[in-house]
Amino acid sequence: MNILKNYKCNLKGLDCANCAAQLENAIQKIEGVKNVSVNFMTGKLIFECSEEEEKEIIKKVKKTIRKEEPDLEVEGI
Amino acid sequence: MKKRGIKIIVAFVLFIISLVIKFPNEWLNNGIYILLYLIVGLDIVLKAIRNIFRGKVFDENFLMTIATIGAFAIGEFPEAVAVMLFYQVGELFQSYAVNKSRKSIASLMNIRPDYANVKRNEEILKVNPEDVNIGETIIVKPGEKVPLDGTIIKGKSMLDTSSLTGESLPRAVKENDDILSGCINQNGLLEIKVTKEFGKSTVSKILDLVENASNKKSKSENFITKFAKYYTPAVVIIAIFLAAIPPLVIKGAEFTDWIYRALTFLVVSCPCALVISIPLGFFGGIGGASKRGILVKGSNYLEALSDAEIVVFDKTGTLTQGVFEVQKIEAEGISNEELLKYAAYAENYSNHPIALSVKKAYRKEIDTKLISNIEELSGLGIKAKIQDKDVIIGNEKLMKEKNIEYKKCSEIGTILYVAIDNKFTGYILIADKIKKDSKEAIIKLKKSGIRKTIMLTGDRKDVGENVAKKLELDEVYTELLPDGKVEKIEELIKTKTKKGKLVFVGDGINDAPVLAISDIGIAMGGLGADSAIEAADIVIMTDEPSKINDAIKISKKTMKIVKQNIIFAITIKILVLILSAFGLSTMWEAVFADVGVSVIAIINSLRALK
Repeated sequence: MNILKNYKCNLKGLDCANCAAQLENAIQKIEGVKNVSVNFMTGKLIFECSEEEEKEIIKKVKKTIRKEEPDLEVEGI
Repeated sequence: MKKRGIKIIVAFVLFIISLVIKFPNEWLNNGIYILLYLIVGLDIVLKAIRNIFRGKVFDENFLMTIATIGAFAIGEFPEAVAVMLFYQVGELFQSYAVNKSRKSIASLMNIRPDYANVKRNEEILKVNPEDVNIGETIIVKPGEKVPLDGTIIKGKSMLDTSSLTGESLPRAVKENDDILSGCINQNGLLEIKVTKEFGKSTVSKILDLVENASNKKSKSENFITKFAKYYTPAVVIIAIFLAAIPPLVIKGAEFTDWIYRALTFLVVSCPCALVISIPLGFFGGIGGASKRGILVKGSNYLEALSDAEIVVFDKTGTLTQGVFEVQKIEAEGISNEELLKYAAYAENYSNHPIALSVKKAYRKEIDTKLISNIEELSGLGIKAKIQDKDVIIGNEKLMKEKNIEYKKCSEIGTILYVAIDNKFTGYILIADKIKKDSKEAIIKLKKSGIRKTIMLTGDRKDVGENVAKKLELDEVYTELLPDGKVEKIEELIKTKTKKGKLVFVGDGINDAPVLAISDIGIAMGGLGADSAIEAADIVIMTDEPSKINDAIKISKKTMKIVKQNIIFAITIKILVLILSAFGLSTMWEAVFADVGVSVIAIINSLRALK
């Protein structure tokens, strides 16, 4: 079984609650990503994915963020 | 944010002036409106243009831009400016409120220590707390935060634990006491031997818990995001129909009139107020709870707690203190003090919890030279020679076996019978003490609508039932093994109503499985136990059962605020939609209603923080 690892990062400039919800939906759709949570109040993105696919998935997550909310700065991953 | 604020105020003032002073030249008038529009709304328009290329047509920026440009197109210049202006006011207020509550949580985070003074090679170095190893000695000066968990090896002081427990009274500590990181040392100089590395210290655990709280979203929050997902497209589609169809079908209907109505729809199409006020309310509730020493792991738990119906308590360590104390001494022929002295001497070398509590009650130094011929009588007690007297100390069985005539004690607890030179000289009653606020907690729970209070314990029937009777609990189940407790909880879960929730409260030691299967698991005084913090959904940092009632109260208040916001915001929006569909509402009213709802819902949410 694949062991999932927890990833956490800050989204700087997250100032719209609806956008946070939409962003969460979009990231949820990326294959291999599990248990996504975009917390509007703390400005944090948390998700799980297997360690082997880490590089690829983080790249995809960042791409999705850029597409959905280009003004966000991603910190921590 | 400040810049945005100034921009909005300037535009607002100019807007009022231009409304009052009407220039005779219409071109000049309209030019001023367009200029104002660009001042307040240019960034929105630019964002909207960018979003179209990304295929986000239901984006709020885009909708506002369409609404306002549409207003310009049908010649409603002041409306266009007003919509954009008030939309911006709403946005500004939102970010103010969010910042405010983010900050109040951040102040909770102030317990993070910045450095540790570690003693290495007779030198004191200021280092990052993460670089201190277990076993090293750290110095904490008055006014400093305790950076790591440890044991005091030198000094005494008063500790301010308010940031950990919400308890405002300082706590006195001395040598050999355990000390938790995150407390503030008030007056004395303390030397502490570190027992846990920073990552496992209390302060890290709490920070982690607070930071990650509210990641588990509540049902209300999911409902609203789902609602928002359908609401906006629905309103926009209706708006399109509204603009296009009636003028074609109804005789004499004018395009501009129906376009105006459709644009009004777009003004209230943004669900922002709703979407923001729900997490804001929960965030406030969680923040307010942590101020009182109650850590809630997610908004879903706070939500569930408001439906609590059955509260199940573990006995030892939860309703009772979990420490055995001498409750009563009844001597015969000698003084109570002397009886205790003989007992303490006889028990001196034993590490049994009962022996420890006897020694604790005696308090004085024990002269070990006076003790000889100690003999442990397994399952019965201890026999020893103290000075020149033969002391036997133990249970009833021992007295019977030694044929000593004794006076039976009928009280509940562990009873130590003492005989000196084969003559009964009295007994010592040792029992677990009920916590001071246990009774009050049960009364309050019943008042706040909990249907049943139940106690589970592995303890003997008479002991358990005695405690339950004193606390006026509804039900009690005794002599349960750990898996018996799990079974009992499963049975109890079946007895609750469909919506009701079962809460289990334990001290987190040995009850992780029970905490996990309950709807809501609350661990109490569990700062020391790692397993408790992991298994529980709510952690109460002090060991007061009355905090459970506080937690329920906070959850009910939060839920009330959240429900008020949902009902209020949806009602107003639908009302405005209906009115504007029939042409009874102007764009002015719509924008006022929309921003007004946002502001009121947000102010209402901020109440949860208190």
